[in-house]
Amino acid sequence: MMSKAWAVLVIPACLLIALAAESSIHDGFKSGVFEPPRAAPGFALPGSNGSAVALSAFRGKVVALVFGFSHCPKICPVTLAKLAEVSQRLGPSAKDLQVVFVTVDPERDDPARLRTFVGYFNPAFVGATGSQAELKALHRAYGVTATRVASENKALGYEVHHSSSIYLIDREGKLRVLVPFGKSADDILHDVRLLLDS
Amino acid sequence: MRFLHSAWILSVLTAVGAVSAAALVPVQPGSREQLFEIPKGTWARRMAGAKAEILPAEIRLVLGVKDVLVLRNLDDVPQIFGPTLIMPGQSLRLPFEVASEYQFACTAHLNGEMTVIVDDGPTSAPSRLRWRLAALSKMAF
Repeated sequence: MMSKAWAVLVIPACLLIALAAESSIHDGFKSGVFEPPRAAPGFALPGSNGSAVALSAFRGKVVALVFGFSHCPKICPVTLAKLAEVSQRLGPSAKDLQVVFVTVDPERDDPARLRTFVGYFNPAFVGATGSQAELKALHRAYGVTATRVASENKALGYEVHHSSSIYLIDREGKLRVLVPFGKSADDILHDVRLLLDS
Repeated sequence: MRFLHSAWILSVLTAVGAVSAAALVPVQPGSREQLFEIPKGTWARRMAGAKAEILPAEIRLVLGVKDVLVLRNLDDVPQIFGPTLIMPGQSLRLPFEVASEYQFACTAHLNGEMTVIVDDGPTSAPSRLRWRLAALSKMAF
Protein backbone atom coordinates (compact mmCIF):
# COMPACT_ATOMS: atom_id res chain seq x y z
CA MET A 1 0.00 0.00 0.00
CA MET A 2 2.86 2.32 0.87
CA SER A 3 4.54 1.73 -2.50
CA LYS A 4 1.27 2.57 -4.28
CA ALA A 5 1.11 5.82 -2.37
CA TRP A 6 4.61 6.73 -3.57
CA ALA A 7 3.70 5.76 -7.11
CA VAL A 8 0.74 8.12 -7.03
CA LEU A 9 3.15 10.89 -6.12
CA VAL A 10 5.75 10.40 -8.84
CA ILE A 11 4.10 12.16 -11.81
CA PRO A 12 2.62 15.03 -9.75
CA ALA A 13 6.03 15.55 -8.12
CA CYS A 14 7.61 15.77 -11.56
CA LEU A 15 4.94 18.27 -12.61
CA LEU A 16 5.75 20.41 -9.58
CA ILE A 17 9.44 20.28 -10.49
CA ALA A 18 8.54 21.39 -14.03
CA LEU A 19 6.51 24.25 -12.56
CA ALA A 20 9.38 25.30 -10.32
CA ALA A 21 11.77 25.25 -13.26
CA GLU A 22 9.72 27.92 -14.99
CA SER A 23 10.88 31.35 -14.07
CA SER A 24 9.30 34.75 -14.26
CA ILE A 25 8.75 36.53 -17.58
CA HIS A 26 11.04 39.35 -18.55
CA ASP A 27 9.02 42.48 -19.10
CA GLY A 28 10.94 44.42 -21.73
CA PHE A 29 10.14 46.19 -24.97
CA LYS A 30 6.94 45.28 -26.76
CA SER A 31 8.56 45.68 -30.17
CA GLY A 32 11.72 44.51 -31.89
CA VAL A 33 14.98 45.35 -30.14
CA PHE A 34 18.45 45.61 -31.66
CA GLU A 35 21.24 44.14 -29.55
CA PRO A 36 23.72 45.71 -29.45
CA PRO A 37 22.24 48.93 -30.82
CA ARG A 38 24.12 50.75 -33.60
CA ALA A 39 24.30 54.45 -34.31
CA ALA A 40 21.22 55.42 -36.31
CA PRO A 41 22.27 56.46 -39.82
CA GLY A 42 22.32 60.24 -39.89
CA PHE A 43 20.78 62.62 -42.39
CA ALA A 44 20.22 66.30 -43.04
CA LEU A 45 17.30 66.90 -45.41
CA PRO A 46 15.07 69.84 -46.38
CA GLY A 47 12.42 69.95 -43.69
CA SER A 48 8.79 70.90 -43.38
CA ASN A 49 9.80 73.50 -40.79
CA GLY A 50 11.60 75.55 -43.45
CA SER A 51 15.10 74.52 -42.47
CA ALA A 52 17.24 71.41 -42.70
CA VAL A 53 16.11 68.47 -40.58
CA ALA A 54 19.20 66.80 -39.18
CA LEU A 55 18.92 63.70 -37.04
CA SER A 56 21.85 64.88 -34.95
CA ALA A 57 19.88 67.98 -33.94
CA PHE A 58 17.55 65.77 -31.91
CA ARG A 59 20.28 64.27 -29.75
CA GLY A 60 18.94 64.18 -26.19
CA LYS A 61 15.44 63.34 -27.40
CA VAL A 62 13.87 60.05 -28.41
CA VAL A 63 13.16 60.09 -32.14
CA ALA A 64 10.34 58.14 -33.79
CA LEU A 65 11.41 57.89 -37.41
CA VAL A 66 8.76 57.02 -40.00
CA PHE A 67 9.13 56.54 -43.74
CA GLY A 68 6.00 57.21 -45.78
CA PHE A 69 4.22 59.62 -48.10
CA SER A 70 1.44 62.13 -47.76
CA HIS A 71 -0.80 60.47 -50.38
CA CYS A 72 -0.62 57.17 -48.51
CA PRO A 73 -4.22 55.99 -48.21
CA LYS A 74 -3.95 53.43 -45.41
CA ILE A 75 -0.65 53.08 -43.59
CA CYS A 76 0.83 56.51 -42.86
CA PRO A 77 -2.32 58.16 -41.47
CA VAL A 78 -2.71 55.27 -39.02
CA THR A 79 0.92 55.39 -37.94
CA LEU A 80 0.96 59.16 -37.47
CA ALA A 81 -2.38 59.10 -35.64
CA LYS A 82 -0.96 56.56 -33.19
CA LEU A 83 2.16 58.64 -32.69
CA ALA A 84 -0.02 61.70 -32.09
CA GLU A 85 -1.89 59.77 -29.42
CA VAL A 86 1.40 58.63 -27.86
CA SER A 87 2.65 62.20 -27.85
CA GLN A 88 -0.54 63.47 -26.26
CA ARG A 89 -0.52 60.76 -23.57
CA LEU A 90 3.10 61.52 -22.70
CA GLY A 91 1.99 64.87 -21.35
CA PRO A 92 4.90 67.17 -20.48
CA SER A 93 7.40 64.45 -21.50
CA ALA A 94 6.22 64.82 -25.10
CA LYS A 95 8.84 67.54 -25.51
CA ASP A 96 11.43 64.74 -25.33
CA LEU A 97 9.89 62.81 -28.21
CA GLN A 98 10.44 64.00 -31.77
CA VAL A 99 8.49 62.41 -34.60
CA VAL A 100 10.27 62.67 -37.96
CA PHE A 101 8.42 61.69 -41.13
CA VAL A 102 10.72 61.11 -44.12
CA THR A 103 8.98 60.87 -47.45
CA VAL A 104 9.39 58.02 -49.90
CA ASP A 105 7.68 60.16 -52.55
CA PRO A 106 9.83 63.29 -53.06
CA GLU A 107 8.16 64.01 -56.38
CA ARG A 108 4.91 65.04 -54.67
CA ASP A 109 6.01 65.69 -51.09
CA ASP A 110 7.70 69.07 -50.96
CA PRO A 111 8.34 70.78 -47.59
CA ALA A 112 5.08 72.76 -47.75
CA ARG A 113 2.94 69.71 -48.42
CA LEU A 114 4.71 67.78 -45.67
CA ARG A 115 4.13 70.64 -43.23
CA THR A 116 0.38 70.49 -43.89
CA PHE A 117 0.31 66.70 -43.73
CA VAL A 118 2.28 66.10 -40.52
CA GLY A 119 0.82 69.23 -38.93
CA TYR A 120 -2.62 67.72 -39.26
CA PHE A 121 -1.58 65.08 -36.71
CA ASN A 122 0.63 67.22 -34.49
CA PRO A 123 2.28 70.58 -35.24
CA ALA A 124 5.43 69.44 -33.46
CA PHE A 125 6.00 66.60 -35.95
CA VAL A 126 8.50 67.39 -38.68
CA GLY A 127 8.62 66.09 -42.24
CA ALA A 128 11.69 65.73 -44.43
CA THR A 129 12.19 65.32 -48.14
CA GLY A 130 15.18 65.31 -50.49
CA SER A 131 16.43 64.17 -53.84
CA GLN A 132 15.75 60.65 -55.06
CA ALA A 133 19.44 59.84 -54.59
CA GLU A 134 19.59 61.19 -51.02
CA LEU A 135 16.46 59.34 -50.02
CA LYS A 136 17.52 56.11 -51.71
CA ALA A 137 20.78 56.15 -49.76
CA LEU A 138 18.87 56.75 -46.54
CA HIS A 139 16.45 53.90 -47.29
CA ARG A 140 19.40 51.58 -47.89
CA ALA A 141 20.98 52.60 -44.60
CA TYR A 142 17.85 51.65 -42.65
CA GLY A 143 16.81 48.67 -44.80
CA VAL A 144 13.64 50.44 -45.93
CA THR A 145 11.96 49.38 -49.17
CA ALA A 146 9.90 51.74 -51.33
CA THR A 147 8.41 50.68 -54.67
CA ARG A 148 6.26 52.86 -56.87
CA VAL A 149 3.13 51.14 -58.20
CA ALA A 150 0.06 52.27 -60.14
CA SER A 151 -2.82 53.11 -57.83
CA GLU A 152 -6.26 51.56 -58.16
CA ASN A 153 -7.53 55.03 -57.33
CA LYS A 154 -7.04 56.95 -60.58
CA ALA A 155 -7.09 60.26 -58.74
CA LEU A 156 -3.97 59.26 -56.80
CA GLY A 157 -2.07 58.30 -59.95
CA TYR A 158 0.44 56.13 -58.15
CA GLU A 159 1.19 54.82 -54.69
CA VAL A 160 4.41 53.81 -53.06
CA HIS A 161 4.52 50.44 -51.35
CA HIS A 162 6.87 51.05 -48.48
CA SER A 163 8.16 49.67 -45.20
CA SER A 164 5.67 50.58 -42.53
CA SER A 165 7.63 50.19 -39.29
CA ILE A 166 8.58 52.93 -36.87
CA TYR A 167 12.26 53.19 -35.93
CA LEU A 168 12.82 54.37 -32.36
CA ILE A 169 16.13 56.12 -31.77
CA ASP A 170 17.29 56.75 -28.21
CA ARG A 171 18.59 59.97 -26.69
CA GLU A 172 22.15 59.03 -27.66
CA GLY A 173 21.28 58.62 -31.32
CA LYS A 174 21.25 54.82 -31.30
CA LEU A 175 18.74 52.80 -33.27
CA ARG A 176 17.14 50.74 -30.51
CA VAL A 177 13.65 49.57 -31.43
CA LEU A 178 11.72 48.53 -34.53
CA VAL A 179 7.96 48.93 -34.09
CA PRO A 180 6.09 46.80 -36.65
CA PHE A 181 2.95 48.26 -38.24
CA GLY A 182 -0.12 47.26 -36.27
CA LYS A 183 1.29 47.73 -32.77
CA SER A 184 -1.16 49.53 -30.53
CA ALA A 185 -0.63 53.05 -29.22
CA ASP A 186 -0.35 51.47 -25.75
CA ASP A 187 2.59 49.33 -26.87
CA ILE A 188 4.32 52.20 -28.64
CA LEU A 189 3.84 54.41 -25.58
CA HIS A 190 5.29 51.65 -23.38
CA ASP A 191 8.44 51.40 -25.53
CA VAL A 192 8.85 55.17 -25.87
CA ARG A 193 8.59 55.52 -22.09
CA LEU A 194 11.26 52.85 -21.60
CA LEU A 195 13.56 54.79 -23.90
CA LEU A 196 12.76 58.10 -22.25
CA ASP A 197 13.51 56.64 -18.82
CA SER A 198 16.70 54.82 -19.79
CA MET B 1 -2.21 0.44 9.49
CA ARG B 2 -3.62 3.78 10.49
CA PHE B 3 -0.31 5.41 9.51
CA LEU B 4 -0.45 3.76 6.08
CA HIS B 5 -4.02 4.93 5.59
CA SER B 6 -3.02 8.52 6.43
CA ALA B 7 -0.04 8.32 4.08
CA TRP B 8 -2.31 7.12 1.30
CA ILE B 9 -4.76 9.99 1.80
CA LEU B 10 -1.90 12.49 1.99
CA SER B 11 -0.44 11.13 -1.23
CA VAL B 12 -3.74 11.40 -3.08
CA LEU B 13 -4.31 14.94 -1.82
CA THR B 14 -0.77 15.96 -2.82
CA ALA B 15 -1.22 14.40 -6.24
CA VAL B 16 -4.50 16.23 -6.79
CA GLY B 17 -2.88 19.48 -5.64
CA ALA B 18 0.11 19.04 -7.94
CA VAL B 19 -1.98 18.19 -11.00
CA SER B 20 -4.29 21.12 -10.27
CA ALA B 21 -1.31 23.46 -9.96
CA ALA B 22 0.14 22.15 -13.21
CA ALA B 23 -3.18 22.77 -14.92
CA LEU B 24 -4.05 26.12 -13.39
CA VAL B 25 -0.76 27.99 -13.03
CA PRO B 26 -0.02 29.91 -16.25
CA VAL B 27 2.96 28.64 -18.21
CA GLN B 28 6.04 30.77 -17.52
CA PRO B 29 8.96 29.26 -19.39
CA GLY B 30 12.49 30.28 -18.42
CA SER B 31 13.14 31.84 -21.79
CA ARG B 32 10.59 32.70 -24.43
CA GLU B 33 13.28 33.29 -27.02
CA GLN B 34 13.76 31.14 -30.09
CA LEU B 35 17.23 31.87 -31.44
CA PHE B 36 18.30 31.54 -35.06
CA GLU B 37 21.81 32.39 -36.22
CA ILE B 38 23.02 33.41 -39.64
CA PRO B 39 26.50 31.87 -39.69
CA LYS B 40 29.68 33.64 -40.68
CA GLY B 41 30.44 33.22 -44.37
CA THR B 42 26.79 32.84 -45.46
CA TRP B 43 26.96 35.67 -47.96
CA ALA B 44 30.29 34.49 -49.37
CA ARG B 45 28.97 30.94 -49.81
CA ARG B 46 25.87 32.29 -51.55
CA MET B 47 28.03 34.34 -53.89
CA ALA B 48 30.01 31.18 -54.65
CA GLY B 49 26.77 29.49 -55.75
CA ALA B 50 25.86 27.45 -52.64
CA LYS B 51 22.14 26.59 -52.62
CA ALA B 52 21.74 25.07 -49.15
CA GLU B 53 19.28 26.77 -46.80
CA ILE B 54 20.78 27.84 -43.50
CA LEU B 55 17.54 28.76 -41.75
CA PRO B 56 14.17 27.01 -41.89
CA ALA B 57 11.82 28.62 -44.41
CA GLU B 58 9.05 28.39 -41.82
CA ILE B 59 9.48 29.12 -38.14
CA ARG B 60 6.80 28.20 -35.60
CA LEU B 61 6.38 30.06 -32.34
CA VAL B 62 3.87 29.59 -29.51
CA LEU B 63 2.34 32.52 -27.66
CA GLY B 64 3.35 32.68 -24.01
CA VAL B 65 5.87 29.88 -24.43
CA LYS B 66 8.26 30.61 -27.28
CA ASP B 67 7.03 33.84 -28.75
CA VAL B 68 10.19 35.90 -29.11
CA LEU B 69 12.13 35.46 -32.32
CA VAL B 70 15.82 36.27 -32.01
CA LEU B 71 17.76 36.53 -35.23
CA ARG B 72 21.53 36.88 -34.79
CA ASN B 73 23.74 37.87 -37.69
CA LEU B 74 27.18 36.27 -37.33
CA ASP B 75 28.00 36.95 -40.98
CA ASP B 76 30.40 39.65 -42.18
CA VAL B 77 27.74 41.63 -44.06
CA PRO B 78 24.42 43.21 -43.03
CA GLN B 79 21.32 41.07 -43.59
CA ILE B 80 17.91 42.44 -44.43
CA PHE B 81 15.12 41.12 -42.23
CA GLY B 82 11.68 42.62 -42.71
CA PRO B 83 11.98 46.38 -42.90
CA THR B 84 15.41 46.63 -41.35
CA LEU B 85 19.06 45.71 -41.47
CA ILE B 86 20.70 43.44 -38.94
CA MET B 87 24.34 44.43 -38.84
CA PRO B 88 27.22 41.93 -38.45
CA GLY B 89 27.34 40.82 -34.82
CA GLN B 90 23.92 42.28 -34.11
CA SER B 91 20.66 40.56 -33.09
CA LEU B 92 17.06 41.56 -33.56
CA ARG B 93 14.79 40.39 -30.76
CA LEU B 94 11.21 40.44 -32.00
CA PRO B 95 8.34 39.53 -29.64
CA PHE B 96 4.96 38.41 -31.01
CA GLU B 97 1.64 38.93 -29.24
CA VAL B 98 -0.89 37.88 -31.87
CA ALA B 99 -1.28 34.38 -33.28
CA SER B 100 -1.00 34.68 -37.04
CA GLU B 101 1.21 34.01 -40.03
CA TYR B 102 3.84 36.64 -40.76
CA GLN B 103 5.95 37.07 -43.90
CA PHE B 104 9.29 38.83 -43.74
CA ALA B 105 11.83 39.71 -46.39
CA CYS B 106 15.02 37.88 -45.38
CA THR B 107 18.28 37.89 -47.30
CA ALA B 108 19.46 34.81 -45.40
CA HIS B 109 16.93 32.73 -47.35
CA LEU B 110 17.42 31.64 -50.94
CA ASN B 111 13.97 32.89 -51.95
CA GLY B 112 14.43 36.06 -49.91
CA GLU B 113 11.51 35.32 -47.58
CA MET B 114 10.89 33.91 -44.13
CA THR B 115 7.53 32.81 -42.74
CA VAL B 116 6.85 32.98 -39.03
CA ILE B 117 3.76 31.14 -37.82
CA VAL B 118 2.68 32.08 -34.32
CA ASP B 119 0.27 29.64 -32.66
CA ASP B 120 -1.94 30.21 -29.63
CA GLY B 121 -0.31 29.13 -26.39
CA PRO B 122 -1.58 26.84 -23.63
CA THR B 123 -4.10 29.06 -21.87
CA SER B 124 -6.75 26.53 -20.80
CA ALA B 125 -6.22 24.08 -17.92
CA PRO B 126 -6.13 20.93 -20.11
CA SER B 127 -3.76 22.53 -22.61
CA ARG B 128 -1.43 23.68 -19.79
CA LEU B 129 -1.40 20.17 -18.35
CA ARG B 130 -0.70 18.66 -21.78
CA TRP B 131 2.04 21.23 -22.38
CA ARG B 132 3.73 20.45 -19.04
CA LEU B 133 3.51 16.70 -19.57
CA ALA B 134 5.07 17.16 -23.01
CA ALA B 135 7.81 19.32 -21.46
CA LEU B 136 8.41 16.61 -18.85
CA SER B 137 8.70 13.89 -21.46
CA LYS B 138 11.18 16.06 -23.37
CA MET B 139 13.23 16.48 -20.18
CA ALA B 140 13.13 12.71 -19.51
CA PHE B 141 14.08 11.56 -22.99
